[in-house]
Amino acid sequence: MTGPAHPVHEGTGPALCAWGTAPALVLLAIALLAYTAAARRARRTPRGWNGLRTASFTLGVALLAAALLLPSLTHTAHHDPRVHMLQHLFIGMYAPLALVMAAPLTLGLRTLPATRRRPVARVLRSRPVHVLGHPATALLLDTGVLYLVHLTPLHTAMQTHPPVQALVYLHYLAAGYLFAWSLAGPDPAPRRPGTATRLTTLLLAIAAHSFLAKLLYAHPHTWPPGAAHTALAEEAAQLMYYGGDLAELLLAVALFAGWYRRRSRTPRPLAERGAHAYPGAMFQRH
Amino acid sequence: MGTGRRGKEYDTRWGRSLAATALIGIGLMAAVDEIVFHQILAWHHFYDRSTPTVALLSDGLLHAGELIALVAGFFLLADLNRRHALHRRAAWAGLLLGMGGFQLFDGIIDHKVLGLHQIRYGVDLLPYDLAWNGTAVLLLAAGALTAWWARRAPGADRPTAP
Repeated sequence: MTGPAHPVHEGTGPALCAWGTAPALVLLAIALLAYTAAARRARRTPRGWNGLRTASFTLGVALLAAALLLPSLTHTAHHDPRVHMLQHLFIGMYAPLALVMAAPLTLGLRTLPATRRRPVARVLRSRPVHVLGHPATALLLDTGVLYLVHLTPLHTAMQTHPPVQALVYLHYLAAGYLFAWSLAGPDPAPRRPGTATRLTTLLLAIAAHSFLAKLLYAHPHTWPPGAAHTALAEEAAQLMYYGGDLAELLLAVALFAGWYRRRSRTPRPLAERGAHAYPGAMFQRH
Repeated sequence: MGTGRRGKEYDTRWGRSLAATALIGIGLMAAVDEIVFHQILAWHHFYDRSTPTVALLSDGLLHAGELIALVAGFFLLADLNRRHALHRRAAWAGLLLGMGGFQLFDGIIDHKVLGLHQIRYGVDLLPYDLAWNGTAVLLLAAGALTAWWARRAPGADRPTAP
């Protein structure tokens, strides 16, 4: 597994690992406890709560914890690009999708009394949330930072300043969540754009992600700036490509599953409900 | 598909069934290419150091399209099936046309025009290119034949009343 020799920056390593990990793990545990407690309450109501959503939230939290513990678990050098890539995939793609599919906002709203729900709904319908929650904004925040991290000196800053790294990881999570929610989230999303807009955004996101992965693979001496080029960097780029593919495939499935469900709910024209329910039957009436 | 003798409703059913599986065919062939030629045989290379950056960008867009086509195709097919609007023969035709279309596109555009990678390295490419694109043409011909057959015999495919 260990590739050719690569520099291990003594001194910053242990600090980088420990900084923020313990408090983050505590926060994760609190979030999981709060969610499961609310889910247990919701299960006792007539509407119930889908156990798969609780499982999805648990998976999301587990993925985040795994990402945080990854450097110490694998005992690899702190600048092993493969470990960084796995962290990026877990924090920015897989965990957000799992958390979004858990519909924490819906659960939260169910837990709140009716009078307290209205202000939340007002915030959700507000213009800033609408702009921030648009798939295009989410794409820019989600993929934009990926390009910044890999193509600018931000990469070096992340490795030498633990707080910068913590902030970037936080941004990965927030932007990844925003992106997955804006495309396919089961939580309420007033004024969410149509399927075509969301599909186009997903297409651009997949293209941008695979392009960056191949660019990093093709020019390991140029990007990321300041990083020593080893064979591990190429492995990391391939991990980014295939790992990103799988995450985006799951996101596409979530998006289309929503489309499929909505399509069964919307009442179809009378002509289509007949014995011969052809998609084009409505044209025959006129 | 144009207005055939059998009316628009039939054409729509035929066309949508064909389009849904054509998307699946494209995505499926792309997946076969990725799994068999890149991963199992390791004939193709992830990137062969002669690819210009612009080609990488268009490759990224194509890759994104293939991924979405696969998922979209399956859900469109499931929706047609749910509404008893699936034309089975047209669906088979679409699958073959999609697979052949992608194979030919990959063989001509990806391998030759964009020069992303070749089929295999360190060998005489001509027989490989001929086999690759020949397979594509065969698949396309089979798809066209199935489509023609599907148009000819509409009665057999009428859905039963739900």
